[in-house]
Amino acid sequence: MLIKRAERFTSNDVTDPALYLSRRELMAGAAAWALLPGASAAALPAPAPLQATRNVGRSLNEPPTKYEHATTYNNFYEFGVDKDDPARLAGSLRPRPWSVRVDGLVQKPKTFDIDELLRLFPLEERVYALRCVEAWSMIIPWIGFPLAALLGRVEPAGSARFVEFTTLLDPEQFPGQRPGFFGSSLDWPYVEGLRLDEALHPLTLVTVGMYGRVLPNQNGAPIRVVVPWKYGFKSAKSIVRIRLVREQPATAWARANPREYGFYSNVNPAVSHPRWSQATERRIGEFRRRTTLPFNGYADQVAALYTGMDLRKHY
Amino acid sequence: MTRRGRIVLKLPVWAACLAPLALLAWRAATDQLGANPISFVTNTLGDWTLRILLASLAMTPLGIVLGAAWPVTLRRLLGLFAFAYACLHFSVWIVLDFFFDWARMGEDILKRPYITLGMLALLTLTPLAVTSTSGMVKRLGGRAWRRLHRLAYAAGVLAALHFIWLAKVGRTDQYWHAAVLALLLGVRLVHWGVRAVRRRRAAAAAVGATPSAASRP
Repeated sequence: MLIKRAERFTSNDVTDPALYLSRRELMAGAAAWALLPGASAAALPAPAPLQATRNVGRSLNEPPTKYEHATTYNNFYEFGVDKDDPARLAGSLRPRPWSVRVDGLVQKPKTFDIDELLRLFPLEERVYALRCVEAWSMIIPWIGFPLAALLGRVEPAGSARFVEFTTLLDPEQFPGQRPGFFGSSLDWPYVEGLRLDEALHPLTLVTVGMYGRVLPNQNGAPIRVVVPWKYGFKSAKSIVRIRLVREQPATAWARANPREYGFYSNVNPAVSHPRWSQATERRIGEFRRRTTLPFNGYADQVAALYTGMDLRKHY
Repeated sequence: MTRRGRIVLKLPVWAACLAPLALLAWRAATDQLGANPISFVTNTLGDWTLRILLASLAMTPLGIVLGAAWPVTLRRLLGLFAFAYACLHFSVWIVLDFFFDWARMGEDILKRPYITLGMLALLTLTPLAVTSTSGMVKRLGGRAWRRLHRLAYAAGVLAALHFIWLAKVGRTDQYWHAAVLALLLGVRLVHWGVRAVRRRRAAAAAVGATPSAASRP
């Protein structure tokens, strides 16, 4: 006798959606595992030109890194942890409309529209060295204005000792802020900070452009800071808030790994990152390693900020 | 297995193991290695060393799970490819990354313990590559050879730790690789456990059947 059994259930009916969705993610991870990380980035439309006068006194006399390299080899975890993720995925960021709240311990807190900022301060071009904590470096012609000028407008209170920068928090625009299978790469939003005297230093630049153009999304559009004597991660991107505070801010990388990333993070060839030496660096576009300079070559201008400090302890 | 069968089995393995190298060569020739080519080449070779090593470690468990003999015939080929990729990965570090700057390399080794782990992994693989020929199996004897080649698992663990240690916060592929390794080790451990229990039962049954046991009061 033939007994037919009806198929009453499929595995779909008895599996929790959360579980099979996480399995899909697992399989996607396994598929990605099989593929080579891509070095090529799609050709990007160049951003609009931006007029600025070169500040020769504050500029290095060195040839800039190729624009193509400076815009395809980026650490911007809001888009993803791979170097080519920002260039591939930056289309989701909307740099307009955009405003920056400047508040905290100031006399005149104010929210600035990005286009208002561009009108308020004369733009200058400065060719700076950028040194990443991962031991590579670039030479980049930035366009912007000194942070001191912006802070002057809001009049810091006497009690203000630190400046805290906060990057936009929006997982819709920043795919890297959506938690993955192993959770989030960093605690969002990204927070960075400077001591007030570092923030007021004439080298500290609020940056809105590079290479004679508006800042590309993957480089921190529409507004970021550039602090050339510190490792790159100190220069917060896509900033929505600048807050003056009394206590040292809890910065994103120091929170993620306090042993490896200190608050100061001045470029220092004598203090190794626990997992790699900082004595040398590879300039993007060059073959041989270069010797890394104290304060990334800006020692004559900034070393005085740290007189009497043990920079091995305050790494 | 027939000669023809072996060729059919091994040809795709050769192709798969040479493909990443061919792709790298093609990228190099067409200027598609990105802004930091040395780092890209080093990382790609390192990734494929670990992947091919995991593939070679997967052959024995695969044979156990499938109850088939053919996976084991691919073990040596995969192992040798893993060794070749490891050598290339290491050479790129010496030649392209540090350009024979031995003092700086020494400094870096001291400051970056994960480099030491990677070197240990390569050192562990070296005697396995040297003794991979059939002649060496005969010379060492099957038992000693098998014991020596269990070092492949140690190399896998060292390589996975090397990757976990060097990967920065937020990366996850190092955990995927380690998970695959844990799975492969798990299959073997369960297999060993099951065999040990069976052997003990068989031994107990054999003892029960002997006259000495029967003469006990």
